Amino acid sequence: MSVSAPEVAPKARSGFRWDLKTVGPLLALALLVLLGITLNENFLSYNNITNVLARSSFIGIIAIGATFVITAGGLDLSVGSMAAVIAGVMIMVMNWLIPVMGVGWGVILAGMAAGILLGGVAGVGNGLMITRGRIEAFIVTLGTMGIFRSLVTFLADGGTLSLNFQVADVYRPVYYDGLLGIPYPILVFALVAIGGEIVMRRTSFGRHCAAIGSNEQVARYSSISVDNVRLITYILQGLLVAVAVLLYVPRLGSASSTTGVLWELEAIAAVIIGGTTLKGGYGRVWGTVVGVVILGLIGNILNLQSFISPYLNGAFQGVIIILAVLLQRPRRAS
Amino acid sequence: MVEAQARTAQPILSANRISKSFGEIPVLFSIDFDVAPGEVHAIIGENGAGKSTLIKILSGIEQPTSGSIAYDGQTVVLPPDGKAEAMGIVLIHQELNLAEHLTVADSIFLGRELKRGPFLDVGEMRRQAAATMETLHVHVDPDARISSLSVADKQMVEIAKAISRDARVLIMDEPTAVLSVGETQTLFEQIRRLTARGVAVVFISHKLDEIMELANRVTVLRDGQLIATVGTEALTPDSIAQMMVGRELSNLYPPKHEPDVDAPVLLSVRNLSTKSVSNISFDLRKGEILGFAGLIGSGRTAVAEAVVGLTHKTGGDITLNGASVDFSRVAQSVHAGVAYMTKDRKGKGLLLNMGLRDNLTLLTLEKHMRMGFIDTASEDRALDRAVRRFDIRARDAAVAVGRLSGGNQQKLMLGKTMESEPDIIIMDEPTRGIDVGTKQQIYHIIAALAAEGKAVIVISSELQEVIGLSHRVVVMRTGRIAGVLEGAEITEEEIMRYAAGIKQSGNDERISA
Ligand SMILES: Nc1ncnc2c1ncn2[C@@H]1O[C@H](COP(=O)(O)OP(=O)(O)OP(=O)(O)O)[C@@H](O)[C@H]1O
Ligand SMILES: [Mg+2]
Repeated sequence: MSVSAPEVAPKARSGFRWDLKTVGPLLALALLVLLGITLNENFLSYNNITNVLARSSFIGIIAIGATFVITAGGLDLSVGSMAAVIAGVMIMVMNWLIPVMGVGWGVILAGMAAGILLGGVAGVGNGLMITRGRIEAFIVTLGTMGIFRSLVTFLADGGTLSLNFQVADVYRPVYYDGLLGIPYPILVFALVAIGGEIVMRRTSFGRHCAAIGSNEQVARYSSISVDNVRLITYILQGLLVAVAVLLYVPRLGSASSTTGVLWELEAIAAVIIGGTTLKGGYGRVWGTVVGVVILGLIGNILNLQSFISPYLNGAFQGVIIILAVLLQRPRRAS
Repeated sequence: MVEAQARTAQPILSANRISKSFGEIPVLFSIDFDVAPGEVHAIIGENGAGKSTLIKILSGIEQPTSGSIAYDGQTVVLPPDGKAEAMGIVLIHQELNLAEHLTVADSIFLGRELKRGPFLDVGEMRRQAAATMETLHVHVDPDARISSLSVADKQMVEIAKAISRDARVLIMDEPTAVLSVGETQTLFEQIRRLTARGVAVVFISHKLDEIMELANRVTVLRDGQLIATVGTEALTPDSIAQMMVGRELSNLYPPKHEPDVDAPVLLSVRNLSTKSVSNISFDLRKGEILGFAGLIGSGRTAVAEAVVGLTHKTGGDITLNGASVDFSRVAQSVHAGVAYMTKDRKGKGLLLNMGLRDNLTLLTLEKHMRMGFIDTASEDRALDRAVRRFDIRARDAAVAVGRLSGGNQQKLMLGKTMESEPDIIIMDEPTRGIDVGTKQQIYHIIAALAAEGKAVIVISSELQEVIGLSHRVVVMRTGRIAGVLEGAEITEEEIMRYAAGIKQSGNDERISA
């Protein structure tokens, strides 16, 4: 009658619904893949798959950061605009440095360093206002979202910031090349995902994120530095946005006021589809990865067929999000 | 007499051969239960026996797996989600169920707001709320936010909310667990007033003297089985306890071993002040159990929280093993070997949506790290140990802690606190919601801790517990120490005298003079 080792029965714990909650995203993914295969024989081709995954990588890397933020009971709406500012600043820094350093990897590494630094600083800013300033995360990041967006417009003077095309040529391989046929963005995404899953599952930081999101008071009484853990989630988010941008800049070679628009919503959607609870307390990184791929595949499949207008992409994504949350609904509390 | 009366009086609510399983796990087995108008029917049993589950079925919150419910002689299916309230079946949950952001008046009228035309009649609701709270002798502002109230006041708001509905059947799940003697007595007055009007009352408590005082009949559950339903006059607290636990219970309190006369002082607090307490001074010696008694709101918890760094202190010194300390975060006090176990297990103690293991090790996760990663195998071993040591019973290993019975949650929280292997343990209401059998175990654990050279502070509103355990008792009153009792002075009357302000002593006389 007493508890034996707790691994004994996690599967049997509440039957079908619980299973659906875990398997749900995977099931949806499998269905989409099946659908894709039946609609178009090119769906499983190397080109199509790498294309979908590489595009998903940006949102994916950002969404993994968002998984931590949301698990700890927070929210970051500023990531899309933050990505645009980081991209803009990176491009400006690189362009500036060409006369000094010449065209080459030196300039690019300097630009990357600037991007990472800026991401970290933006995360610290968001995090400090939320933790030390005691302002709702929603409000703070809604504010910084506007600030970042207008900053990039200002930096681009209402137009577009373009990377010097010689540098762009050197930088190009970071998006288009890869290792063993796997493009770098996918590799980085995979590394971040594996790292994220380990951090979430196997480190005290991950455990503390869930504890704080579940009940901040309990966390405080359990000697967890609530503010510090929260702050770190926002810094991590900022850094991961920067990493995503490092991979994004060589693809487009420019930044403007429309860069990264709505990325925050796509990231949050991916997190939720993956089974992380929006109000915090439970998060899973692998779910987020599945969520990102699902969102990517919907767009891809709509493009591969001719019955339904691809303009309905957003509608399908919306349906998936709502379905995901429906499945997540807790069983009636006792 | 009561037996006969109950048999003749038509039961208003009855359960016939109710069984309940959660998934594969059976929790109740073919239970018969009924309650008649004007009667108090108590349910008792060990933690996890199924008491809360039974009353949830009686109020429609849970549906039985088999069996039926009859209301007014008619077989009915009670509507879920507390809608049975409209039928006159009102339930007070074991865990507080108030929206923290609402005001007291809002909470009392939640779901049946008074209106004038299309608008809320705020003034009238406030007036009636104040009146109801008055009958309960609770002095809280109807406009106060729930979040600003003490646990006891919150419980009184729950009670006010329940008695102000037109209940025909009032079901209360351990309403007195967080109340002190005085508040319990006011509650009992109100219950007697209601039963005199013909309300049927179902009452769960682990405090057997309360059961003896209030109930007409008692139903005993053990491991989901109905053991007996008996009239109270045929019972003694001992015989009830025996039926509950299934064995004889002797010596609830372990023998007291006085600490050595020259035992060193481990913790010394001098003139500690915070927002709510002032000028608190006391010593805690190695091997000592120091009781903290006093009315609810007298500042006992505030003292404990200031000592471990949970609240900011405005003045005073704390010395630990001879060295001055000033904890500003709990982590520091835990490292220094001082652990505090909160009395608010739902709000501050446990993560209800997480499993037993994660909760147990939350305070001490660094003990289970290997090369920077959590070693879950080591956590599992810790859980195994805690389950054995504190007799934690969960029928399903992977269950979220919120689904455990209240008493088992309490035991888990005790296990969590003890994981930090503290030298000084401050326990705030350590046996809240715990059955007598387990209480006895916990008392013995506390005594054993003291015997092996640790020091324990027990904050408790159960006088018997303070008296039965403590070597010395600090009595607090309105944020100050009213007196410190030792040896033969430790009696119920003496404690009450200090707690009520009839008697004062020590350094406080100077201050209040
Ligand atoms: N929703 C649920 N899912 C799974 N198991 C549950 C659920 N609710 C209760 N249980 C289990 O049913 C058993 C009986 O629980 P219940 O809360 O009725 O006990 P109790 O008699 O009220 O105990 P206590 O005195 O500790 O409050 C426990 O083992 C508990 O873990
Ligand atoms: Mg219970």
